[in-house]
Amino acid sequence: MVDTPRLTREDVAHVAGLARLHLSDEELDLFTGQLAVVLDHAADVALLDLADVPPTAHAMAVTNVLRPDTPGLTVDRAEVLAAAPSVEDHRFRVPRILGEAP
Amino acid sequence: MTPPRSALNLAAAIRNGEASAVEVLDDYLAVIDADDGEIHAFNLVTRDAARAQATAIDQRVASGEDPGLLAGVPVALKDNLCTRGVPTTCSSRILDGWRPPYDATVVTRLREAGAVMVGKTNMDEFAMGSSTESSAFGPTRNPHDTSRVPGGSSGGSAAAVAAGFAPVALGSDTGGSIRQPAALCGVVGMKPTYGTVSRYGLVAFASSLDQIGPLTTTVADAALVFDVIGGHDPADSTSLDRPAPRVLSVLDEGIQGMTVGVLTEFLEDADADVVARTRQAAEACVAAGARVEEISVPEVRLGLSAYYLIAPAEASSNLARYDGVRFGLRVDAEDTTAMNTATRSVGFGAEVKRRIMLGTYALSAGYMDAYYGQALRVRTKIIEGFARAYRRCDVLLGPTTPSTAFSIGAKVGDPMTMYLSDVCTIPTNLAGHPAISIPFGSGDDGLPVGVQLLAPALAENTLLRAAAVIEAAAASMGGSRS
Repeated sequence: MVDTPRLTREDVAHVAGLARLHLSDEELDLFTGQLAVVLDHAADVALLDLADVPPTAHAMAVTNVLRPDTPGLTVDRAEVLAAAPSVEDHRFRVPRILGEAP
Repeated sequence: MTPPRSALNLAAAIRNGEASAVEVLDDYLAVIDADDGEIHAFNLVTRDAARAQATAIDQRVASGEDPGLLAGVPVALKDNLCTRGVPTTCSSRILDGWRPPYDATVVTRLREAGAVMVGKTNMDEFAMGSSTESSAFGPTRNPHDTSRVPGGSSGGSAAAVAAGFAPVALGSDTGGSIRQPAALCGVVGMKPTYGTVSRYGLVAFASSLDQIGPLTTTVADAALVFDVIGGHDPADSTSLDRPAPRVLSVLDEGIQGMTVGVLTEFLEDADADVVARTRQAAEACVAAGARVEEISVPEVRLGLSAYYLIAPAEASSNLARYDGVRFGLRVDAEDTTAMNTATRSVGFGAEVKRRIMLGTYALSAGYMDAYYGQALRVRTKIIEGFARAYRRCDVLLGPTTPSTAFSIGAKVGDPMTMYLSDVCTIPTNLAGHPAISIPFGSGDDGLPVGVQLLAPALAENTLLRAAAVIEAAAASMGGSRS
């Protein structure tokens, strides 16, 4: 039970960065207003006193499902790699990931 | 629109040689060719593969082999169900052109039962929406009035069945995405108990809520399809390890002595004409020998808020995989982080971006307990509320949607208003329970109205028996308003 402040443009820009989304200025303005309305509606949930209520993450609870670790046919590697945007030596190819030269 | 033929009748005719699967398929393809240019139910029609499947069915019949329970029945698949080698887009640019390396379990089971897959249906992008307008490929139109939406997110599947493009379609239901479009298009739409139908090969939106189910023209067809696609699947770790369902055989057992609870919260949210149809459906239950009472489950009022925290939270995690590395779209950039961001920013549409940001925010440091944590506690309260109702009632009855189909464009600029379209369907997903929408006459505007039945977890037998009674009552009204 926490009093939740109204969503700001800076919040949306921060969250977009976390989610690897780049938003234009127009998108930032639009989404800030729209998401604030949804979160205002959700405030009825945020303000309830439910401290004694256990959370439910999964309605039909199943515990760990295990199976024997036996080798067998799975999806075809060539078929998987054929769907990738860029491939090199049976691996997914990506641009450089750190600051070093490629 | 051609008069619908039921899957049961088609399969029977094909199995006993009265009809040919190829001729049946050609009849449906002709309707698609004539009308889908306007309706846009399909992203892709798999004409050649369908004809090969139908030919194989006719050969099986000719050689005396058992061609399966759905022999030669054309089935349309929502475009978030993986089909090996056949594009599966989720109506998103980010998956445009992707060909999955495997079939969803439901696709395998349909094929083994002799069904003929005719194509992939349009949907809201990644199943996020209530109108099929968030598709990257343009909206689907409601066959009853092409200026209206078909509902969503399984709008293409509902429109395909309503327009006579296929007697059966599969959809997925995370917050009402089978039942709401079924109601708006005047067809039957069923969301089974969570875990009864394998999600293997269903592109994930909100994994604790997603469930695959049928859209059909009759309750019996929904039962038949559920019997075919249901049952344990080791490939889905949330699949319930129980015997396969057998609901078709109990359909005509009636509801004598059952108690039907009319859910007052759902009535309060609905337009007067929709409420009037719901009350007529309740009277039909009385006529069939059930006891009907009004019942209040105040916890369902919190469902919408909880859903729009839980579903986006799960989606923000599930959709992290679309990063331009392993499949689908890549927008090149100087390093991988920039490539990820450029790909996602171009590949996702506005509604998907909104949900990802909403979910990321609800899970972010400082807000997680206030939003996501509270929503999970509300989920417990909703399950408790339903449990209380089911101590008195065998099934619950209410409208599927607050109103009939709205105009294309009417709610696009106002996401919260769009979200309210699902206020009567969301609580069931949070509880994991089964529910079904049955067409029941029309509203003041002449458009279809759907009434919804809800039942406790795994009570599909009871649910479908009651649905058959309401379907028979609707037929005796002749589909008219009064």
